[in-house]
Amino acid sequence: MAPTATPDLAGRTGRIRPDRPMVAVRGLQKWFGPLHVLKDVDLTVAAGEVVVVVGPSGSGKSTLCRCLNRLEVTSAGDIEIDGEPLPAEGRKLARLRADVGMVFQSFNLFGHRTVLDNVTLGPVRVRRVPRAEAREQGLALLDRVGIADKADHYPAQLSGGQQQRAAIARALAMRPKVLLFDEPTSALDPEMVNEVLDVMVSLAAEGMTMIVVTHEMGFARRAADRVVFMDDGRIVESGTPDEFFAAPSTERARDFLSKILQH
Amino acid sequence: MDALTAHLDELGHGLVTTVHLTVVTTIGALLLGVVVATLRVCPVPLLRSVGTVYVEVLQNLPLLALLVLFVFALPTIGITFPLFTSAAIVIAAYEGAYLAEAIRAGINTVGVGQAEAARAIGLTFSQSLRYVILPQGLRAVVQPMGNICIALLMNTSLAAAVGVVELTQAANNVNLVEAQPIAVFTGAGLAYMLLALLIGRLAGTLERRWAIVR
Repeated sequence: MAPTATPDLAGRTGRIRPDRPMVAVRGLQKWFGPLHVLKDVDLTVAAGEVVVVVGPSGSGKSTLCRCLNRLEVTSAGDIEIDGEPLPAEGRKLARLRADVGMVFQSFNLFGHRTVLDNVTLGPVRVRRVPRAEAREQGLALLDRVGIADKADHYPAQLSGGQQQRAAIARALAMRPKVLLFDEPTSALDPEMVNEVLDVMVSLAAEGMTMIVVTHEMGFARRAADRVVFMDDGRIVESGTPDEFFAAPSTERARDFLSKILQH
Repeated sequence: MDALTAHLDELGHGLVTTVHLTVVTTIGALLLGVVVATLRVCPVPLLRSVGTVYVEVLQNLPLLALLVLFVFALPTIGITFPLFTSAAIVIAAYEGAYLAEAIRAGINTVGVGQAEAARAIGLTFSQSLRYVILPQGLRAVVQPMGNICIALLMNTSLAAAVGVVELTQAANNVNLVEAQPIAVFTGAGLAYMLLALLIGRLAGTLERRWAIVR
C-alpha cells in the first residue's frame, strides 16, 4: 500500500474490544531521583484502541510510554500487557517486549545493518523464524510502509521519514500486540511528517492497538479513539478527540490547546 | 652484515617464534578482551566487579613481573606449563585487559538508543550485545585495538626473560657469539618494525572495510 493513501476510518469503532484490556496501568509512580515524574497514573487501553497522549513537555508522556515496556523501571504501581504483569527482568521481560512494539523519536535503526536486516533481526533471533521466511515478510512490510526499494540500503542513506517508516516496519515484524510511539514525528522535517503519520493512520484503521505520544493534533483528531491529556505527571483529562478538542473540561487543557492552536 | 647472514637459521627460528607467539596471544587477548569488556558493561553488579578487578590487577602490574611470577611461582604449587605456553597465557591475559578497555570505549560510542531499540524488539542482554552493540562498538575502535596488538608484538620480547627463544633472545644469542650488537639488533629491530607495519596496515584495511555509513 502506498503510504500516501488515506484509509477510510469510518466504521472502525467496532474493532475496539473493551472486554480485552491490552494495556492496564494502575497507580504508576516514577521518580528520577528527587523528581516525581509520574504521579499515580491509571490508564487502560483496550485491544484495538488508539490512544493519543498529549501534554506539555515535561508532563511525563514519554516516561509513561517508556515504562510500558520497562525501558524505564517503574518506582511503584502495576502494569499489565494483555492480562500479564510486566516481568521485572531477564528472559521473561525480553519475551514480553517482543510483543510490545516501540517506535522512537530518533528512529534508532541499527546503523551497521541494512534496512531489511533491521527488520528481520527480531523475527530471526527472537521469534526463531527461518531466515528466508523472515526476509519475505520483511520485504512485504517494507512494501507496506512504502520503502521496499530501500531494503538493501543502510539507515544513514535514507531520509528521516524513510528511516522512521523502516523503524515502524521493524516494530511490525514482531507482530506486536500493541505499538508504542514516542513522539515519532518530532525529529522529522515538516515535509516528512505526513508520510509517517499516513502509515500510522493506516495501522490504526487496521485495528492495531496503539499508544501514541505526539504533538500532532491533526493525527489525534483523525486517528485517535481517545485523547489523554497529561500535565505535571498526572492524567488530567481523557476523552474522545471531539470532546477533547471542542470542549476540554479542565482549565489546564484549555490553556494548553489555546497555546498550541492559536497559530 | 655477516653477523646476520651467518646466523639466518637461528634468527629465522626466533622470528617464527615471535610471530607464532604474537598470533596465538592476539587471538587469546581478543577473546578475553571481549569477555572482560562484556563483564564491565553487564547489568549484574557482581560480574561488573569481576571485570573491573581483572582490568585493575592486570593493568597495574608490570608484564615482566607477571611472567616471572607465573613461570617461577606456579611450579611451587605444582602447576607447570611449557615455557611458550606460559608466556602466551600471561601475555594474552595482560593484553586482554588493555583490549577490554579499548572495546569498552567502543561499546560506549554506541548510542543508548541502539541498546533500547534492541531491547524493545525483545533481544536479551547478550543478544543485544552480540547483534547490535559489539558489531558497532568494535568497528569504532579497530585502530586503537591495532595499536594494542602492536604493543603486544613488542611485549612478546619479554618472553625471553622466562626462557622462550623468540626474536630478541635469538638476536641476543647471536650477539654473544659475534659481538656485533649494532648489526644484530638493528636487523632484529627492522623485523619488528616490518611486523608492526603489517599489523597497522591490516587494522587500517579492516577499519575502512567495516566502516559504517553514517
